[in-house]
Formats: sequence, structure tokens, C-alpha cells
Amino acid sequence: MDPIPAADSPLIRIEGLVKTYSLGEVEVPALRGLSLEVQRGEFVAIMGASGSGKSTFMNLLGCLDVPSRGSYHLEGVDVGRLSRDQLARIRNRRIGFVFQGFNLLSRTSALENVELPLLYDTVSNAERHRRAAAALERVGLGDRMRHYPNQLSGGQQQRVAIARALVNDPSIVLADEPTGNLDSRTSVEILGLFQQLNAQGITVILVTHEPDIAQFAGRHIVFRDGRIRSDRANPSPRRAAEVLADMPESEDEEEAA
Amino acid sequence: MKMANTLRSAARALRRNKMRSFLTMLGIIIGVAAVIAMLALGQGAEYSVKQQISALGTNVLIIFPGSQQQGTVRFGAGSVTTLTEDDARAITEECPAVAYVSPGSRAGGQVVAGNLNWGTIVEGTGADYLFIRQWAVEYGEFYTEPDVKAAAKVCVLGGTVADALFPDATPVGQTIRIRNVPVKVIGVLARKGQNAMGMDQDDVILAPYTTVLRRMSHFPYLRQILVSAVSTEAIPEAQRQVTELLRQRHKITPWAEDDFTIRNQADIVATATETTKILTVLLAGIASVSLFVGGIGIMNIMLVSVTERTREIGIRMAVGARGTDILAQFLVEALALSLIGGLLGIGLGLAGSSLITNLAQWPTIITPLSVALSFGFAFVVGIFFGFYPARKAANLNPIEALRYE
Repeated sequence: MDPIPAADSPLIRIEGLVKTYSLGEVEVPALRGLSLEVQRGEFVAIMGASGSGKSTFMNLLGCLDVPSRGSYHLEGVDVGRLSRDQLARIRNRRIGFVFQGFNLLSRTSALENVELPLLYDTVSNAERHRRAAAALERVGLGDRMRHYPNQLSGGQQQRVAIARALVNDPSIVLADEPTGNLDSRTSVEILGLFQQLNAQGITVILVTHEPDIAQFAGRHIVFRDGRIRSDRANPSPRRAAEVLADMPESEDEEEAA
Repeated sequence: MKMANTLRSAARALRRNKMRSFLTMLGIIIGVAAVIAMLALGQGAEYSVKQQISALGTNVLIIFPGSQQQGTVRFGAGSVTTLTEDDARAITEECPAVAYVSPGSRAGGQVVAGNLNWGTIVEGTGADYLFIRQWAVEYGEFYTEPDVKAAAKVCVLGGTVADALFPDATPVGQTIRIRNVPVKVIGVLARKGQNAMGMDQDDVILAPYTTVLRRMSHFPYLRQILVSAVSTEAIPEAQRQVTELLRQRHKITPWAEDDFTIRNQADIVATATETTKILTVLLAGIASVSLFVGGIGIMNIMLVSVTERTREIGIRMAVGARGTDILAQFLVEALALSLIGGLLGIGLGLAGSSLITNLAQWPTIITPLSVALSFGFAFVVGIFFGFYPARKAANLNPIEALRYE
């Protein structure tokens, strides 16, 4: 039942990926055939204008959707052949999502939000609390565990979301415009957190339409009209820690701290 | 997801909208309470009917004159006058399974005592009537066989009549006028209260049937013959003996129908309980409609809840909830609504039943079965009406659910 990862294969291998949506009679192509590989430990930024297919691509990467044609192997497993429940299991165990709108459950504490993925796994209650608390510590919110999302700043909410993405020790963290709702300083802080996690060996794939944000990633893939226009390494990504040092203190963060 | 966690998350979701959850439950609460109260009322009625019919006297057979037939047209019971005093005497003498016999006649009309009067029924009976009816005289005495033979002008009053005619005085020894016949009151009956049909059994005057036949109704035939069997077991035998004797006496050829009808206590009880059973089913049926409507309320609110929480469902799916996890979550919420509502409904039903008994003086009986039945019904309603919204939630596309505003 549980797919066995093949150690020698790339983390992600995509070949001839096509995704079409049917709007009534009309077939609308969102992805027109793309191939790429992502190795473990990469920090990839996916860029492109809206309508370029990058969101569709993220949904496929995140196993929220399956390709129309072509193949997607995640850790050697052909995702296209999996059932709905098997996809849910992959999302649960191998993928961490970070969204633009945070997508936390309101009126649910930070700790419980982070525990959410573990509720759908076979983890004891004590273990669940321990791992969720550890994940919150990891994103620097050890002292905010009992806070509700409406008691947290935007940056803190996104940290909770990142902790939730990390709690199941995923193979990849997929971040869809994670800084879209944040001010520039908080954005850099969140990117710093991603860089830090990446340095610890976590593969991060980040979707953004802002070139500034993409500068923090080690590889840039640009989408246009459902195809990859360019895919090149960024030999000198910006260091979030250095950028932060040159920025003025944010009032928002002070207030929330 | 583990069941305990599912339960906890359902409890949290319901607590989040306390007012809404309560109003949704209210439909189930009222439904279950109504079913319990109606069953209690019906079963109470059934019980009291049984009680009151057996208060009529046990082992009793009632013989009515039969129907008349002209060609193929059959008239109702009593349309032919076939029962005579001689028939009654013959039953006494020739049917060993019969213990007591009381011929019956009846006259109605205004009864006058001094300056008071009262409209009532005069039942003509035999001297053994009280043994058959298991009734007793409270004051004075009952008429005897010689009184009956002589068509003596004596009578015994029921409690209601005694109150009406002699509010202050002792009735025994007084004379009243029934249809202008002066009759001496020799006793007052013990009170029996209402019968199964709600009629006041004490609103009656008993007199020798001969007196009623010859002096009041001037009608030579008996209205009925009341007979008691020697024991409950002997009822069928008594019925057989009486039937045989009367057919013989009335010269009925073997293939012809009886010209009389015999009803026994068991038949009457069966008929009456059948009636109250139908009543119970009817009441509970109507009540369960409100339970059904309560279920629709649950479905309605669950559908609203699924729509409101589309984004939450999307998040849960993104982090690994399977369709069955989401299905279980919403189904458990619907079930929790109906089961908690069911429990509160049982409480309300019990309270309502005792209120009915205390205020309206109607007997109510609550059986464990009726409680289990209504609670089980609430459970079924929860599953039935919770399933559709839950399945709708489980079948949501996670991408669209996440994008839902």
C-alpha cells in the first residue's frame, strides 16, 4: 500500500506532462507537455504570469490533481496511477503545503492547526502534540502555541502554516505565493525560514510571480502558456539574513512580538 | 482519523455554533418527545380501557337478539325480538357452564323525586345482576328473586342519580316516580366511575327487569341477557351451550344463521384494545412526522455547514484527509445532533407525559420499548439525513475547495 521510495531516482521526475480541463465541449490546455527533474535538497522558484500554468503545475506536484497525459514520478512512484485515497496518503506523508492565504483553521489554536496532518496519520495523541510543538519551535513560534490565528500577525500565521507543512517530515514543501499577503520585511523573514529549512535538507518549491522573491531560490523555472520557457540555476541566491540586516525594523512585527 | 478525534472535532464544530446547533436539535427534541408522549398516551389509553372493561365483570357473556332477514336484506342487531324471559329461564336451568343469568330490559326517561327530576336510564335486571357485574350496594339492599317474580316497584340508584335526586336526604326508603310509576328506593350502588367509552356508569337506576317490562316499557321482549360463565376457562363452553340451547328453542334449522348474537368479555377487550392500538399507531405516526421534519432540519443545516466550511474541507484534504475522513466528520456531526437531540427529547417526552397525566388526568404509560424506539428512530434520521451532506463534503474537489471564498 505504502509506496516504497527508490533511493537512486530523482525526487521528482516529470515527462511529457499534459493537463487539459474540459469546459463543457471545449478542451482547455493548461499544461502543454513539460519534462523536468528536481533533486533532493533543491530550492526551486517557479515563475510566470497568471495563466501560464504554474498553479496547475503546483496542484499536480502537490497530488491534488492527476495529469491528463504524461507521467509524474514522486520518489519513484507514478502518481498518475494512484487512487484518490492513495493521493491523500501521499499528500499526508510526503508533501507540505504553504498557501498565499495561510489557510489556517480559524478558532483553532496554532498547535492544533499544526497537528491537523497528524490527525489523518496513525500517530498517538502524545506523539502528535510533541511533534506539533517541535515544528512550532522550529519556525520560532514556541511561545505562541495556544494562540488563535486571529491573535497572530500575518507573518506568524504563515509560520504556523509552514510548521504545519513540516510536521509530517515531508519530502517536499510546496509554497504557492507564500509572501503574497505579507509586507516586504515579513516576506524576507519567511524566505529566510525557507532558506534555513532548505539548508537542513528540505526540498522547497516556491511559486511566485515576483522576480525579487525568486532571487532567494537556487533554481528558476519560468512558465509561459503551459510550457517551460526557461529553466536555469541561480548561482548566487540572495541571503535573507543579509537582506534583513539592511532593512528597517517592521512596526507590525514589533507590535505582534 | 481516529474515532475519538473525529468525535472531538464534531463536538468542537457543534459548540462553535451553539444557537444553531440547539435549534437544529430542537426539531429532533420535539419529534422524539412527541413520539414518546404519544406512545405513552396511547398505551395508557389501552391499559385503562382494558382495566375498565374487566371492571364490567369477568367471564361475562352478553346475548343480544339477532338480526332480522327479509329476503336478502338483513337488519341490524336487535331488529328482531327473539329473546324472551323463557329463554333466560331455560339458560339458567339447562346450561351447566353458566353461573348466573340476568335478563335485561331498559326504559329511559325523566325520573322525579319531590321537586327534583333527572333524566336517566332504568336498567331492568335479574336479581343476580350484581354478581355478574361484580358490583355492590353501598347503602340499603338489592332486590331479590321474589321481587323480580312479582315485578315489585323497587329500585336501586346509581351514585350519580342518588346525588341528583337526593342531594341532602338519604335516598333509601324514599319513593321516586319513573314514568309516573311510583317506585321505592331500596339501595344505592357503590360508585364505578366512567366506563371505557367515558360514560358515567353511576348514572343509572336498576330495577327488576319484570318491573321495567310490565310497568314502564310495556314491551314483552328482552333487550339482552347477561350471563356469567362458571370460570374464565368455561367461557367458550358456556357460549357453546347457550348457542345450542337458543338455536333449539328458536327452532333454527342447522344451515340457518343464529337469530341472536353472543359477545363475550374477551371479544370486547380485543375489540377495544384493537381500537386503542390503532389510535396509538396513529398518534405515534403523526408524531414521527415531526421527527422526520427534524431530520430535514439537520440535513438543511449540514448542507449550509458544508458550504460554509468548504475551505476547511479543502485544507483538510490538502493535508491528507481522505474522502472517508471527511464523510465521517460530517456524518458524526449530524449523528451527534440527532442523538443529543434524541436524549433531550426523551427527557422532554417523559416530562410531557407526566404533565399530561397530572393536568389532564389521562393515564400515560412509558415502556422501555417506546423510549428505545423513538431514540432508534432519531438515530436512523441522523444517518439518513446526515449522509447526503457528508457525501457532498467528501466528494469536493480539494483544489476548488481551497480556492472557495
